[in-house]
Formats: sequence, C-alpha cells, structure tokens
Amino acid sequence: MAIPWGSRGLGFAAIAIGVCAALVALPPVGTRSPALPIAIGLLAIALGLAFWLVRGERRIGGYAIAAGIVGLLIGYFATRSSTTKLDTVVVWGTLFAAMLRYATPLAFAALGGLFSERSGVVNIGLEGMMLMGAFFAVWGSDVTGSWVLGVLIALAAGALTGLLHAVFSISLRSDQIVGGTAINFLALGITSYLFFKLYGSQGSPSELSTIPDVHLSFLGHGFIGDVFGKLNLMIWVAIALVFVTWIVVFKTPIGLRIRACGEHPRAADTVGIDVYAVRYGAVILSGILAGAGGAFLSIGFGNSFTENMTAGRGFIALAALIFGGWRPFGTAAACLLFGFSSALGVNLQAYSTSISTLFTALPYLLTLVAVAGVIGRTIPPAADGIPYKKQ
Amino acid sequence: MLAFLVSGVVVLLTTGSIGDTLKTYRAIFRGAGLNWFFAVGSHSIGLPFSDARVWFPWNTDDITSQAASNLEQTLLLWTALVLTGLAVAFAFRCGLFNIGGNGQYLSGAIAAVLISTELPKVVNLPGLLLIIVSILGAMLAGAALAGIAGLLKGTVGAHEVITTIMLNWIVVWVGSYLFNVGGPLQTSGGAGAVPSSSDVPDKAHLHTFWGDPLLQGLHIGFFISIAALVVYSLVLNRTTLGYEVRAVGHNPEAARYGGINVPRNYFLAMAIAGLFAGLAGSLDILGWQYRVDITTIQGTNIGFIGIAVALLGRNTAVGVGLSALLFAALQTGTASRNLDPTIFAPGVGGSLAVIIQGLVVLFVGADVLILVMLGWLRRGRSRKAPA
Repeated sequence: MAIPWGSRGLGFAAIAIGVCAALVALPPVGTRSPALPIAIGLLAIALGLAFWLVRGERRIGGYAIAAGIVGLLIGYFATRSSTTKLDTVVVWGTLFAAMLRYATPLAFAALGGLFSERSGVVNIGLEGMMLMGAFFAVWGSDVTGSWVLGVLIALAAGALTGLLHAVFSISLRSDQIVGGTAINFLALGITSYLFFKLYGSQGSPSELSTIPDVHLSFLGHGFIGDVFGKLNLMIWVAIALVFVTWIVVFKTPIGLRIRACGEHPRAADTVGIDVYAVRYGAVILSGILAGAGGAFLSIGFGNSFTENMTAGRGFIALAALIFGGWRPFGTAAACLLFGFSSALGVNLQAYSTSISTLFTALPYLLTLVAVAGVIGRTIPPAADGIPYKKQ
Repeated sequence: MLAFLVSGVVVLLTTGSIGDTLKTYRAIFRGAGLNWFFAVGSHSIGLPFSDARVWFPWNTDDITSQAASNLEQTLLLWTALVLTGLAVAFAFRCGLFNIGGNGQYLSGAIAAVLISTELPKVVNLPGLLLIIVSILGAMLAGAALAGIAGLLKGTVGAHEVITTIMLNWIVVWVGSYLFNVGGPLQTSGGAGAVPSSSDVPDKAHLHTFWGDPLLQGLHIGFFISIAALVVYSLVLNRTTLGYEVRAVGHNPEAARYGGINVPRNYFLAMAIAGLFAGLAGSLDILGWQYRVDITTIQGTNIGFIGIAVALLGRNTAVGVGLSALLFAALQTGTASRNLDPTIFAPGVGGSLAVIIQGLVVLFVGADVLILVMLGWLRRGRSRKAPA
C-alpha cells in the first residue's frame, strides 16, 4: 500500500489547512485580524476544488471544501468575538475530554450497528437496545451493589433485545425496519414501566456503584493530561473496541463471513457459511454493544436512569455508522465529530442558550448532507435490510 | 389481539392476579371514556346550522361528566392519529417507510402558529380565511419536509428511513431553538411557564362543537380527519396518481418498465404523506393547543404512534380509522390523569400503552409468524399421529 502523501496527500493537506483557518483565530494562537482565517480558508477551498476537479476524487475534495468553508466561518466569527468569551468556550483539554465522553456511547452503539449491518440486518433498534442497557445497568448495579455485575446485566439485557430483533428479522423474515421500530417502542415501554414499578416516584437509587474513572496522574496537567488523565474506564474500552472491530471485521475469517452474509448471502450459503447463525451472532453482538453504550450512559457518564434517557443517541449512532461508511475508523471519526459538536454545543452556552440548541441540530444536518451524496456517495452493504431465505 | 394478550401477561406478572389484569383493562376502557356509549338513553341533539333538535341515543349535552370529557380527549387524539397514520400509510403504499411523521407534524404545527399569529399583523383577514391559509401553509410545510426525503430517495437513492429520522431531529432542535428561552420566537411569558410561542388569535380557533374549548373539547377538525380518510381512499384507489403510487410500491422495477416515473412518485408520495401529517399539526394547534410549546416539540411521539396505526390498519382507510380509535383510546385511557390511581401508579399506565404499541408493531410486521405457528401445530400433530 502506497503512503497516502502521493495520491491523496494533497486532499488531506487541504482538509488540514481548512481546519487551520479556524485554529489561527482560536486560543492559544488567537489572531485578531479576520483576514488571516479568510485567506487560509479560501486556500483550503481552492485546493479542495482543484483536487476534486483534477483527480476526480469527490469525497476527499468535498471534505476539504467543507472544512475550508466551516474553518473560514468559525475563524471569522472568532475574531469578531471577545477574547474572554473565547477563552471560556475553547479550553482544548476539557473540550477534547468532553468530546470523548460524548462520543463513547455513540461509538459502542455504532460499532454494534456495524456488525449487524455488515451481516445484512438493518438495526434501527439501536436506540431501544441502548435504553435497555441503560436501565438494566442501573437496576443490576442497584441490586447486586457492584458495577461489574451491573454492566454484565446490561450486556445481557442488550443481548436479549438483540435476540428478539434477530428472531423477528432473520427467522421470521419480517421487515427489519418495522422490527427495529417495534424494538424501540418496546424498550421505551418496558424500561419506563419497570422504572416506575420498581423505583416509583423517588427516581433512581442514590447510592449506585458506578463505573470508575481511570486516573493516569503521570500524564501531568498539560493538554495530554487534561484529555486522557481522568477518563472513564468505558471510554478506554470504546477506543480499544474500534481497533478490535477493525481487526475482526477486516482481518479475520469471522469478519469475512460476516461481510459475505451482508454482501451476498446466497453466495455465502453456497460455500457453506451458515447465514442464519452469522446473522444471529452479529445482531446479538450489536445488542450487547449497544447495551454497553447504554450502561456507560447511565452508570459511567452519570449515575442515574431517567425515562427515555438515550434521547435519540441510538439514531445518532446510526447516523455515525452511515456517515462513516460502515467502516470502523470512519464510524469512530464520525462519533468523535458528533461528540465534539455536542461538547462544543454545551460550551457555546457561554454565548447564548438558543445558539447552543440550534447547534445540536448540526450532526443530523451533516448526516443528511452525507447521505444526500453531496460529499461522495455512501454505499451500504449490498444485502443490508434484505431478509434471507434458505433454499 | 396477540399484543393485548402478551401485555396482559406483563400486567399479570407484575400484579399477580387475573382479576387485577381485567381490572386494568376496564380502567383503561373507562379512562378512554368509552363507557360513555353504554349510557344509552333518550336524549336529543342539535342539528347543525339550525335550532332544531332530534332524538339521539346518547346525551351530548353532558359535556362535563368524566366519561364525556375522557371521550372528547380520545376523539381529539383520534383526529390527529388518523392523519399521522395516513401519513405513514400513504408512503407505505408507495413502498416507503415514513418515520418522519413527527417532524412533519411539528413543522405543520410551527407553520400554523407562525401564519395565524404573524399574518394578522400584515393583513386583516376574516377568521375563516385565516384558518384556511394557516392550515394550507401547515400542510405545505409538512409536504416540503417530507418532500426532501422523497426527492433524495428518487434522485440519489438515499434511504428514506435515514433521511426522515434526520429531518425529525433537525425540526426538533430548530423548533427548540425558535421557541425556547431566549429564542427568536419565544414570547416573554411568565417565569416558570413552559417556553412557548405566542397564542393563536381567537378568531383563528377551530370551532369546538362538543365540550369546553379550554378543557380540550372536540373541535370541527374531527370532521376534517374523517374527510381525509375518504380523500385518502379515493386518491389511492380512484386516480391515476394513486394507481402509479401503488404500482411503484408493489414493484418499482416493473413500474419503471411500464413507463411510470418512479422518482416522481417517490417524491409525490412523500409530499402527500407530509400533507397529512402537516394537517394533523395545524388541527391540533388551531383546535385545542392554541400555541406550540417546548414540551410538545421535544416530547411528542404522535408520528411514531402513526406507524403503529398504519401497520395495524393495514394501510387502508377503514383500517386506519379503526386502529387510530384503538390507539387513541389506549393512549387517553392510560394517561395518568384519566386512570384510577388505586389500580395503577401514575406513570406506569403510559408505559404500558407504549409496550402494547411495540408489540402490535412487532407482530403485525411478522406475517411469517402465523405460518410458523401453523407449522408448529402441524408438526406437533404429525409427530403424534404415528405413535
């Protein structure tokens, strides 16, 4: 494999220059003249456009143009805003740590979705599976008094929900999207029902055993220390999971089988792969991972369960999966992007609450733009969503 | 039915006796106000557009009793559910899964509020005209939003499920931005109140013909929904457009081969679905909510119940009408304020309704289940036979 500098280096450089357009105007550089970010942003746009036209690579060229435009706008507005506000909003260390925190539940669910969809089963029930994980993590942690068992129970709950989806979408060959919708309804109903039944109006139990943070004090108090010094255990698991997923899906025979079932189940069947078994495994695994994401949300990120607490994160995870082109690193990058926009959205409240609310819509808009094919086309696994019938 | 049985088992497991399970269903039935129909007697009803009164088996003058007010709420919800159900059903007939009912409903609601509050500042329209303009605007807003998904499906093949979900959330957050504290369209109401838009002027309210307009009485949008059912059926079964939509839904490849413009039908089917959902939003706003607030924007799930309505109703007009009634009754009957607190702790009932909806969607989606169960029965018999 050639080093990308030759073929696609220009495109990546253009993206980086686009990012720089924003960076020059933000602390610690903090230039006050609007001309600089505008000039750099325009350079990035020009490079991206040239790359697009000359090399015909729409995807990277498109991203470079987008990065240039966004960088230009951010840089311009940053030079117009007061330095004190900028310093409160843009604290890189905390911002990146928050980004990892927000991205983690998404990453678990999205990687779960990756397994399921790579094997050919559309999983829009991720939201419900996360919610089940979130509730049963709290319940398990409360009953057993141990977060380890709480997480295991959450994984089991996710697995069961995944199994339900698998039975209906694989064995019973019902419409996978209808089935996923049903999962979302059911999970919302079951978790709220049990929550009210078990905990009534008092809400979550107060003394919950939660997933611990990993303190790496040797990292000190620099940027690295601020970002990685005090992260939750589950965040490290999520980071590892991205690599594991990549290895499993693309470097092992199991991964090859999963992908074969998602691209051409008939062919996979012909060479002796049990399509049903692979799909069952993948969908149950997706439930387990989504459950882990939910568990992080309820007893890692916070320490309580509230009704419908996932609040659409399962759908954002799905969006990240599509945005990342059904690939582990692409998906992780999309999760980070969405996580960063959430973290920034919270910090933007320093300017105004309503602007930060509006900012929340950005991930969805980005996904819409991505699937609309403006920036290259996203191509799902060929047999994604099509029930397979053995002959 | 299966869903009701299964959910009955859920209640049974958590309460522990059959009597309680039956009591629960009766409580839901009462909470929905359906017992109103049992109070048959000799009453009279006023004929529309006149002072004449004729005999009617039920007491319509009774607008304050528990049963009547519950039933008013059920029918009020029915009005909206029929329309969001049709929004899903119409797209289904074209082979599209419209999960965007929520977003289309909300954009309709927001458009209705904007037009009915802002337009009078520009021109002084009579009430009826203002209502018509508001409703049409809301329908167009819903259609525009759904049309984006249809257009993307038709042109670049973007899956409508993904695009409609994304559009839902965009509407939710843009709506929250507009009407939340500090938003450009939020009225400076009293402290502690839910942030909301300005109120719809009185003259743009839909006439409430049964019950108290301030306590969620039933408004004439009820009849608009009935009309929508008829229109749905006529368009689908008696027009060229309906034929093409159904042909595409049945087999897009065959339809294309037969000379039907498939992308155009994808766009139209979604846009028409959006018309229904947008209409639902405007009727709720002009009929009983009179403003759009942040709780509705972030918390409504009427578009999602519409999916259950359409699935259970098998995408036919009659089916949608009936299943909307079932779900409206279920929803109203389990709302905590209508449910007997001795039978159900507040909050539990609503969750039960969601579970039942989930089960309905799950089982209705699995046609094969019945075949499989028949297969089990047959296998069970054949195994017994040789012995």
